[in-house]
Amino acid sequence: MTHVAVAQSFLRRQVFSVDHKVIGRQYLDLALVAVFTGMLLSWLMRFHLGWPETPVPGLGKLAPTGAAGGVITPEYYLALMTMHGTIMIFFVLTTAPFAGFGNFLLPLQVGAEDMAFPRINMMSFWVTLLAFLVLLTAFFVGDGPPLSGWTAYAPLSAVGEDAGPGQGAGQTLWAISIAIFCVAQLLGALNFIATTLDLRTKGMSLARLPFATWAWLITAVIALVAFAVLLPACILLILDRVAGTSFFIPGGLVISDRLQPHAGGSPLLWQHLFWFFGHPEVYIAILPGFGVVSQILPVFARKPLLGPRVFITCLIAIAFLSYTVWGHHMFLSGMNPFSATLFSVPTLVITIPAAIITLLWIGTIYGARLRLTSASLFALGFVSVFVTGGLSGFFLAQPSTDIYLHGTYFVVAHFHFVMGVAAMFGIFAGTYFWFPKLFGRMMNETLGKWHFWLTFIGVYSIFMPMHYLGLAGNVRRYSAFTDDYLQPLIPLHRFITVAALFTGAVQLLFLFNLMRSRLRGPKAPNNPWEATTLEWSTSSPPPHDNFGGRRAVVTHGPNEYGVTGPGGRDYLMQAESQ
Amino acid sequence: MGKFFAAVVTLIALASAAIFALHIWWLPPDISTHGSRIDRQLNETMIVAGILFVAAQLALATFVWRSGGARGPIKTFPGGATPMVVLATVLVGIEILVLTFVGSKVWAGVYQTPAAPGSLQIEVQAEQFAFYFRYAGADGRFGGMHPELMNDATENFFGLDPANDTTARDDIVVGSLVIPVNQPIELRLHAKDVNHSLYVPELRIQQDIVPGMVIPLHFTATQTGKYELVCTQLCGLGHYSMRAYVDVKSPADFMQWLKEQSPAL
Repeated sequence: MTHVAVAQSFLRRQVFSVDHKVIGRQYLDLALVAVFTGMLLSWLMRFHLGWPETPVPGLGKLAPTGAAGGVITPEYYLALMTMHGTIMIFFVLTTAPFAGFGNFLLPLQVGAEDMAFPRINMMSFWVTLLAFLVLLTAFFVGDGPPLSGWTAYAPLSAVGEDAGPGQGAGQTLWAISIAIFCVAQLLGALNFIATTLDLRTKGMSLARLPFATWAWLITAVIALVAFAVLLPACILLILDRVAGTSFFIPGGLVISDRLQPHAGGSPLLWQHLFWFFGHPEVYIAILPGFGVVSQILPVFARKPLLGPRVFITCLIAIAFLSYTVWGHHMFLSGMNPFSATLFSVPTLVITIPAAIITLLWIGTIYGARLRLTSASLFALGFVSVFVTGGLSGFFLAQPSTDIYLHGTYFVVAHFHFVMGVAAMFGIFAGTYFWFPKLFGRMMNETLGKWHFWLTFIGVYSIFMPMHYLGLAGNVRRYSAFTDDYLQPLIPLHRFITVAALFTGAVQLLFLFNLMRSRLRGPKAPNNPWEATTLEWSTSSPPPHDNFGGRRAVVTHGPNEYGVTGPGGRDYLMQAESQ
Repeated sequence: MGKFFAAVVTLIALASAAIFALHIWWLPPDISTHGSRIDRQLNETMIVAGILFVAAQLALATFVWRSGGARGPIKTFPGGATPMVVLATVLVGIEILVLTFVGSKVWAGVYQTPAAPGSLQIEVQAEQFAFYFRYAGADGRFGGMHPELMNDATENFFGLDPANDTTARDDIVVGSLVIPVNQPIELRLHAKDVNHSLYVPELRIQQDIVPGMVIPLHFTATQTGKYELVCTQLCGLGHYSMRAYVDVKSPADFMQWLKEQSPAL
């Protein structure tokens, strides 16, 4: 495994390591555990929505109060939903594409030996793990796990036990977990920015930064501002819950026939703070995917990315605009209706840079010599699902159409395509692409391609019908469809459930490939995909100091494909002279 | 394999678009005066988004189809990145302008204009996990709301104080939203405990109800009948069961119904 410069204990090398590569892999392993946990929860939810009365084998033992005899109760359904959303958004979609791949690859791509602050980097991982464990603890506390959704709207999330099961210790642990998570991400974001700006090797000008590094840098800037707002919001929420303050709780609330001892707070304040974080968070999840796809497509198209400077300009534009759109989550929240137009316009405008980037990808494929591997298939699939998810945003960005679609499955379809599935496709593409560098072994391509085809068809079968449900007025976050007008939609829900169980099972194929290749995959050469960036100039996996005592000197940009290189190669490495 | 990818993407795009276009699952018929404008806005967005969706997926499919496994010379997109920037900016830009100008009018009609004078005033109390509706009674005035008097056990959902407050004595409180057809209605939305939201798909109305705020919402129903009204803001374990009926009656039936009601307390 890792070459070690200084003799250190196993614990120091592989567990409490300050090596960014070990930390990156630790983040990815954490995300792997989290994603399968989150997926299992979605299986239970989907099963319940299709067949609400049928017991789930074994679940009765696991959750004796939430699912006595295996039949999921309404409150347990909401808890599953809350934990699914929280785990996926924070511990998968933030952890894997940003913290995981970013940690492993960013120092390699800029030619650094490690992150700027290795100890802070290590701390950020262990703090993230702590946040994850605190969140999981919420499953096993007294009155049950939290059920306020991943958005934890106050006052439901702030008033405590009176508001029903799951509003006790579980909800407090949720808020503590997210606060801890914010600290970890702030530490990580600082490190990403400092490393990119200060530790670039000789010749690595900003213009020569690989696209993925650009995306991680911009994501880090977004994260630094976004988590810096969510952290105090969570602290205020915790204070409302445990210290009797009233930041988010107005006066005169009567819950369970008890007048609440609070006054003066504002429920909308929580929504503003949360979405000021929450909308940029969407870009934290998806921008690394932009970078990964922009880096992978040229490798397998054997031609440069179309408009590299346009791409970076668009990334920066998205980052700025991402802070001006949060109110589109709140058109119907009771905020001043005049502000709806103010938030609607930037929300629509942000689709321009996103559309440009999409067209750059499609234009890059034009006239290419496409090599279809698992990595490039997932990158192409990313383009397809991102288009699909992006376009449904048009309906929700407009206050007038949002009146009908807000709170329906149309929204569920939209965000799953655009930030869930698209970001996951970015993660899959990145995994197949960088696995040789991560573990020094190759993944099985046949299994990888099966994984792609079945997943690609599967996600469309799951999430496309959710648009139809939304148009028919099917409300989200319902644990059962007892309403008369929802009854005719149950067959469509069953179709989605079958598709979700199937697509979930396909992911076991990926897990198997990942585990087996890690242990038994064929040894990887240094540059199996004939790529240009610095990480492919060093061994697979790289030594402890990344470049084996040498200092990479960069002479070319990352986009030199389809050229005449030394030895008849059709590409130029960034550190070609070595 | 490139050709297979192209075929799959094409098939998915066309099948998905066809289901939208054929309205296999679609909005329930609109029964409000403002809803047709929302529907038109939604239809126009659907056409534009649908065209962009199919065009982008087919472009992706076509380029992958043609470049799969090719060993020939590599071609750059004609004109480079410029046509992409122009295409996206112009196409999306025009769409944004049109949607914003037209859509703002639709939105303003619902949210930025006051209710018509003489609208029927109805107070709404949302609580875990029910809606209650209050009519002013013969005096045309609502009694004050006192949180300390709100109590489900005594069925004082609005916290009325008929002992001291004469205007509260004839207030009518019911569990369904009963309204006359073709008459402007103004709801005043209150939440007793946590956030709720009032959604009637057929009426094309949806509005969060926030504790500590009184939010007005106005509309006019154009067809008699019974429609479901549901909560769309996660409000606790019984969220899925929080619903009521909107009962749109003819003016005569409505007056008759109102006469038959007795004061709440």
